[in-house]
Amino acid sequence: MTADILVPFDEVLERYDPALGLEVHVELNTASKMFCGCPTEFGAEPNTQVCPTCLGLPGAMPVVNRKAVESAIRIGLALNCEIAEWCRFARKNYFYPDMPKNFQTSQYDEPIAFEGFMDVTVPTEDGEGETFRVEIERAHMEEDTGKSLHVGGATGRIHGAEYSLVDYNRAGIPLIEIVTKPIIGAGEKAPEIAKAYVAQLRELIVALGVSDARMDQGSIRADVNLSLSPKGSGVLGTRTETKNVNSLRSVERAVRYEMSRHAGVLDEGQKILQETRHWHEDTGITTSGREKSDAEDYRYFPEPDLVPVAPSRDWVEELRGTLPENPTQRRARLQAEWGFSDLEMRDTVGAGALGLVEETIAAGATPQAARKWWLSDMARRANEAGVELTALAVTPVDVARVQALVDEGKINDKLARQVFDGLLAGEGTPDEIMEARGLAIVSDDGALGAAVDNAIAANPDVADKIRDGKVAAAGALIGAVMKEMRGQADAGRVRELILEKLS
Amino acid sequence: MIRRTAAELADALAAGETTSVEITRAHLDRIAEVDGAVHAFLHVDAEGALAQAAAADERRAAGAPASALDGVPIAVKDVLATQGLPTTCGSKILEGWVPPYDATVVARLKQAGLPILGKTNMDEFAMGSSTEHSAYGPTHNPWDLDRIPGGSGGGSAAAVAAFEAPLAIGTDTGGSIRQPGAVTGTVGVKPTYGGVSRYGLVALANSLDQAGPVTRTVLDSALLHEVIGGHDPLDSTSIDQPLPSLVDAARHGAAGDLTGVRIGVVKELGGEGYQAGVLARFQESVDLMVKAGAEVVEVSCPSFVHALATYYLILPAEASSNLAKFDAMRYGLRVLPDDIENPSAEEVMRATRDAGFGDEVKRRIILGTYALSSGYYDAYYGQAQKVRTLISRDFAAAFEKADVLVSPTAPTTAFKLGEKLDDPIAMYLNDLATIPANLAGVPGISVPSGLADEDGLPAGVQILAPALADDRLYRVGAALEAALLEQWGGPLLDKAPDLDKLDRRSGVSR
Repeated sequence: MTADILVPFDEVLERYDPALGLEVHVELNTASKMFCGCPTEFGAEPNTQVCPTCLGLPGAMPVVNRKAVESAIRIGLALNCEIAEWCRFARKNYFYPDMPKNFQTSQYDEPIAFEGFMDVTVPTEDGEGETFRVEIERAHMEEDTGKSLHVGGATGRIHGAEYSLVDYNRAGIPLIEIVTKPIIGAGEKAPEIAKAYVAQLRELIVALGVSDARMDQGSIRADVNLSLSPKGSGVLGTRTETKNVNSLRSVERAVRYEMSRHAGVLDEGQKILQETRHWHEDTGITTSGREKSDAEDYRYFPEPDLVPVAPSRDWVEELRGTLPENPTQRRARLQAEWGFSDLEMRDTVGAGALGLVEETIAAGATPQAARKWWLSDMARRANEAGVELTALAVTPVDVARVQALVDEGKINDKLARQVFDGLLAGEGTPDEIMEARGLAIVSDDGALGAAVDNAIAANPDVADKIRDGKVAAAGALIGAVMKEMRGQADAGRVRELILEKLS
Repeated sequence: MIRRTAAELADALAAGETTSVEITRAHLDRIAEVDGAVHAFLHVDAEGALAQAAAADERRAAGAPASALDGVPIAVKDVLATQGLPTTCGSKILEGWVPPYDATVVARLKQAGLPILGKTNMDEFAMGSSTEHSAYGPTHNPWDLDRIPGGSGGGSAAAVAAFEAPLAIGTDTGGSIRQPGAVTGTVGVKPTYGGVSRYGLVALANSLDQAGPVTRTVLDSALLHEVIGGHDPLDSTSIDQPLPSLVDAARHGAAGDLTGVRIGVVKELGGEGYQAGVLARFQESVDLMVKAGAEVVEVSCPSFVHALATYYLILPAEASSNLAKFDAMRYGLRVLPDDIENPSAEEVMRATRDAGFGDEVKRRIILGTYALSSGYYDAYYGQAQKVRTLISRDFAAAFEKADVLVSPTAPTTAFKLGEKLDDPIAMYLNDLATIPANLAGVPGISVPSGLADEDGLPAGVQILAPALADDRLYRVGAALEAALLEQWGGPLLDKAPDLDKLDRRSGVSR
């Protein structure tokens, strides 16, 4: 396999316009599966959450999970979609070993939700932020497939494997697939818009409470469609579909990579193959998957075992009343409440920390303190661990408690970082960690007085300056005391003691 | 004992004149005696049936029978899942498969206390009108062992006609209960679509399939229908409405009064292509109904001429998708290809499906795959759905003029085994009169109308009613049955040859 020719991003934009399309699969967090009563818990022993229906045994029949329909409608409404008055499920026919019936029960030309939009904000140089409207074509219901495990090969892929095992626990888990219309005119912003769209969609899903929304566990999976057209031509090019891009950062990288790769192919006068591409998180490249030829024919037809889904308008309106605040409005409200600058707000949203900051404030911290911890320390730690902020073993309640300990004068910022180390290491609550690690600040005059005396004795010149009224020099003595006390001295009390002794 | 109807057996049990074990054993003995020649059963569960019979006797002794039919044994078509009993659908691809669950119909039989004698033979996946497409060999018509018992439910009909079981369950997608009923001189009912749960019925065509009773009398069908019918939350297409009392309707009808009932003779279901003796018996039945007080009107259903073509697009389309699950991955047959060293899953699927499916099944999978293919969908499957709507409208218009519609059930009496095996269209024509009811979801019954003069073989009359008006089938059917019984001086099956005097070697009655 020859390496892809990659055109630098800026050059791509000189010659081509990108067209983006995103298909996001959201695994719902309903208690039971889409068409049967089996539980949906993640991580159970293989093939323990199965029944005749989700195993596709002869004679078994599906029944629609009302809760899943409810979640689908709420997602549709939150995306400003119309909700179908009447729609059906359809069979998507193709053979695959981990698909129990060799057809997937999905929706085809009658999705539950259609014709919506989401306004996506991406940063601009002036810090103002720019809003793009991403149009939603449809959101439809379907069932997940089983999961194949290929054993014996080096790569975990089917080629070279000795044998394969199939776990049907996932078969029949309800999915909502949300499909955008082609996003045209994004230009250089295409990668950022893609990321911001998925980030905001995820935020929305979290706010709706309809999914665990864990990209790392696959409960949100994004497929990125991309094509390039010669600049200004307005003709859509051939697209590729990069499957299962499983982090926000990767969404942006995958778009960027495919733009560079497409340009490389087109510059050579070659044609883009309409195909599925695999994204490789480690190397940051895509490789060819199966070719999606026109010959692929899913022979869709309405599922005859299910009656149409016809949500009453009353029900839809009732569900509309349960929608959380629109994210854009919510951001504006929170920014005003918290008194954040545009830049601070943008950084908070960009880091995916809006909800965490909000919860930290709710747990008692000031807005600035909450922002400070999440965007500096926590962001750095998450980045080092290569996980999302929400995946850190530190909760908003923890952060608020640590800040409270600082405010109470029991620890300072430096000691607080050691408390966070303890939290990430699973050593207990902030208070337990402070206790166990002996991090509490010393404000006892006996211990502090001795340290102050030592500092004065060791720095006679400085002491003289203070005696002469140069109070600002006290800092040097405070530093010496802190050093002796391993940072655990109450700096305010130390200053008072110094001034008392040298007055 | 074995010649008694289910209602008579139930009465005898209630009166303490016999026991379920005795009745069940008598039928098992009969099966042992004649099924070698008839081959109605694919699997006989003597041990299980006797255990269930013993349990029924205990309930009865304790004064707590589970239902009116508690203790009356039954045979079940092999297309319904039975926990712990093999379920093959007449196909090699499911040979040896034992379901871990019961179809709702089977669960209801067990709940009502009916011992299950075994599973009956059928055309593979219910595709056929003669039971010759069973991978396990054909069933023979008890009236003439050289002839077909109809299909696909030939096993259930033959079992009841040969007195191997007083009751049986069949399934009807285009006539598979009614047509075997007609050619074996038995009664068969296809209930309103959604009237009986399809959960656990291995689907042929989901939008057409319906399970129903196979019996020797109209009253027995009503009794059985009430046991298996009613809403099932496991089948979303099942109707959530109480059934009208079918047994009451049958008893009412048996009194013989049809005053005020309008009988619609469907112009398109008769005439050319129908055997003279079949038509003669049909006319006689109509005359008897008139004599009982019914008013006859002729109705026209012009779209019915397209029913067969419509059916043979919708059925294969749905079937091609339903049968995709038989892929050797989870259950049933698994065949490794001879010529491939380390076959992939796809190669195993291909080899298994090639070896496991019979020709008729493959024919319909190909037809259905084609009809659903992109570019052809609108012309075939889409168009067929439109014609289906027209057929429903024809029914609606006809039921404005008539309370029930009538026609011969099948165009001919039983033909010879092998006669139409190489001519699929001739085989398909058997279901000409029964298919419209499935396309529209309306209920139908076939009642024996007598023997055709030219061959002395049984013919049937079909009665159709509007959806959810299954009770009308029983009222009119019972009235007709009563009139015919009077004319014949006893059950039609009394005229059937005596299987006890079979020449075992040739399988032909002497």
